[in-house]
Amino acid sequence: MDLFELFTFVVFFLSLVGIYGVLALGLNVQWGLTGLFNIGIAGFFAIGAYTSAILTTADSPGYVGGFGLPMAVGLLVGILLSGTIALLIGLITLNLREDYLAIATIGIAEIIRLVLKNEEWLTNGVRGIAGIPRPFAGWFDDPTGVTNLLVVALALVVVYAALERGRQSPWGRVMRAIREREIAVMAAGKNTVRFRLESFVLGSAIMGLAGGLYAHFFGFVSPEAFDPMYTTFLIWVMLIAGGSGNNRGALLGALVIWTIWAGTEYLTNAFAPPEYLTRAATVRMFLVGLLLEIILLTRPQGLLPESQFVTRREERRRRRSDISDGK
Amino acid sequence: MSLLSMTRLRGGYGGADILNGIDLRVEAGEIVVVVGPNGAGKSTAMKAVFGLVDIREGRLVFDGVDITRLRSDRLARLGISYVPQESNVFASMTVHENLEMGAFIRRDDFSGQLARVYDIFPPLKEKRASRAGSLSGGQRQMVAIARALMLEPRLLLLDEPTAGLSPAFTELIFEKIVEINAGGTSILMVEQNAKQALGLAHRGYVLTLGANRYEDTGANLLANREVAEMFLGG
Amino acid sequence: MVLEIIQLTVYGIVLGSIISLGAIGLSLLYGILRFAHFAHGDVMTVGAYLALAGVTGLGLPIWAASALAVGGGVGLAVLIDQTLYRRLRRTAPVILLIASVGIALILRSLVQFVWGPDTQVYTQELQMPVRLLGIRLKPTQLQIVAGAVILVVILHLFLTRTRTGKAMRAMADNPELARIVGIDTELVVVWTWVIGAALAVAAGIFLGMDTRLQPTMGWHILLPVFAAAILGGIGKPYGAIVGGMVVGIASELSTMVFPPVYKPAVAFALMVVMLLVRPTGLFGAPR
Ligand SMILES: Nc1ncnc2c1ncn2[C@@H]1O[C@H](COP(=O)(O)OP(=O)(O)OP(=O)(O)O)[C@@H](O)[C@H]1O
Ligand SMILES: [Mg+2]
Repeated sequence: MDLFELFTFVVFFLSLVGIYGVLALGLNVQWGLTGLFNIGIAGFFAIGAYTSAILTTADSPGYVGGFGLPMAVGLLVGILLSGTIALLIGLITLNLREDYLAIATIGIAEIIRLVLKNEEWLTNGVRGIAGIPRPFAGWFDDPTGVTNLLVVALALVVVYAALERGRQSPWGRVMRAIREREIAVMAAGKNTVRFRLESFVLGSAIMGLAGGLYAHFFGFVSPEAFDPMYTTFLIWVMLIAGGSGNNRGALLGALVIWTIWAGTEYLTNAFAPPEYLTRAATVRMFLVGLLLEIILLTRPQGLLPESQFVTRREERRRRRSDISDGK
Repeated sequence: MSLLSMTRLRGGYGGADILNGIDLRVEAGEIVVVVGPNGAGKSTAMKAVFGLVDIREGRLVFDGVDITRLRSDRLARLGISYVPQESNVFASMTVHENLEMGAFIRRDDFSGQLARVYDIFPPLKEKRASRAGSLSGGQRQMVAIARALMLEPRLLLLDEPTAGLSPAFTELIFEKIVEINAGGTSILMVEQNAKQALGLAHRGYVLTLGANRYEDTGANLLANREVAEMFLGG
Repeated sequence: MVLEIIQLTVYGIVLGSIISLGAIGLSLLYGILRFAHFAHGDVMTVGAYLALAGVTGLGLPIWAASALAVGGGVGLAVLIDQTLYRRLRRTAPVILLIASVGIALILRSLVQFVWGPDTQVYTQELQMPVRLLGIRLKPTQLQIVAGAVILVVILHLFLTRTRTGKAMRAMADNPELARIVGIDTELVVVWTWVIGAALAVAAGIFLGMDTRLQPTMGWHILLPVFAAAILGGIGKPYGAIVGGMVVGIASELSTMVFPPVYKPAVAFALMVVMLLVRPTGLFGAPR
């Protein structure tokens, strides 16, 4: 592998880590912040991806398209659409038991999968949609995809910064209070369903953004890429491994788990005989499942536990305010 | 030796202690009544006897056996039955099934006791095939007590058996409690209807903030001016 | 038209039998452990493939292979419970939920690893449908419905006549009181797994007989199974039977209007409507 190949590989790898990082941040808004259980991540991811794909591609026979809109518009509409669908599901299930939300999200992801596969007029079915423009394509030559990485990185930084601000705002404190002891919050006169709905919609919209980034990164989307189980599950493992409730933990989890996932894929592709490749993939999936269970059993707080992080930060803030108070 | 003795008990539900060094004693054959303001820890004290509270300090002895950290099923086997304050029946099961569940740990033939319990509470016999959840509050309370009697316990713990019942039903339940006691079962009971309950008790305790405030015979407590002002509505 | 409706209803009863068996287990587990067991569909898959191993590997007849598969599936479920779920029970129920999603994936990759990703069947033999008053029915479909009825009757007798069955209902009703009357709650939990897994294995085998075996078969039927459990009021095993029938029949009838691939969507829509108008299930108290 020469230097150029290595660089291309690193760019490719980091772009995916970034996209998964955005997904993990989205899930962290829902699970980490408010304790909402979404296992339909793949569905919101797919909505973002397909929306942007359909809106930005050139005309093609057989399915809707030819809008040729700019990527920014595609991303934005994808965000809005996944947010809207989340709003509908949330309105139905958020005042019910937490398991119902989980089941409803599975259902919606499953239906989205069926639509992607079967509604050829809309999604071109299993053949997928190709020719999705890369960011700033045609402006300059970019054989390594580094522009793409920059776009992903920018999105990640914006989402991260916004979430960190939100988390420390009064809004974020209410969210965490909802997760910990809802009754106290309700007694304080806050409408918890409303707050939960906000966090569910926000998180799903972020997943939609990740979908759009993904579509423009690969330039091609097909139903296979949005297998409800694999995507959803990997994101969950990332968040739990990294430490839920903590945005830095979510990002760390995305990096670590994607390294393990892609690394083992690289190893098996390099060393396993071709006839064992599909088997090797199932072994990897098995091991990720096992990893999750081991984390739950031995280190449920993840690599970067929230509480420690919060107290350290709050301590710092308190000290700062002590100083400004002149103590 | 007392049938049940609780000595300097401290403990709670994991957070701050609810019980702060409480002492209680039940002699064989007694009816002992515990009264106190809401949140005093009366229910917690009963749960503590039945192994449902984290006990940090102190000792519980039943008939010479240390039961401080015994599991509920072991306590049942020793002859203690407990009727909790709330959701004390299996609502989706029939009256008859509720009684059967009361005898769950018995491996012997309990049909004799079943007949006796139905004799104590004749209305239950008519309702034996009804779901407990469909009964009135008073009937449900009967099911709960009847269920506890299925073990033929030596000690019966009752947590506010007359809460929310009409005066007529309250009267009836108290009559049954005296009847059960006359049959040889000792009773430790928490009650809000302090006047009536202390009237039929051999001895009573007044609890506040998880500790003893007064301890005397039922009659003496009733006569005590301070107790009367605190709990008996003057 | 009328004949088609009847025909589809009959197919719906077959599908409903399969869904019901899954939903009963799910509901029982929910009643006892208070968590939605997301690996239930994949327990069905494992059961179906264990029976396949009996049929193709050992050359057993399907009923003997099924008995073997039930044993294997039950053993596996209890093993998973004792090594994993039991240790997580003291934490929040939603942690159990995550753990069960992980188990779903583990089971599916195991099946895929051992038996490969391709579809398989129990027997290549062609099934001659019997005709009855213009209604077509394959012998296996009759067997499925009969098998489901027998299992439900056995379950009913177990829940209403045996000590363990009553303890199970008592614990689902009021766990604290169950402990107070001296029920060994851990033992009841194990029994619940035994029954839930046995029914799931049966459902998986029936599903394999009705269609074919595929590593994702259980995952794909999980949604209708959940819909059935919720329709029946989750935690209520008898409700789950009715819920399963409603979902099964509605799914089949929907094929008159929508493409058959959207059957799970119909189940989902039913569930959503139910959650909107009466979240406690068909037999629960109105909202
Ligand atoms: N399961 C529990 N977990 C945590 N705290 C509890 C629990 N049950 C009761 N408490 C707390 O313990 C204290 C004592 O409660 P307890 O039920 O023993 O009071 P009580 O004297 O029986 O009152 P009441 O007359 O209302 O029945 C209260 O402050 C209550 O909030
Ligand atoms: Mg009380």
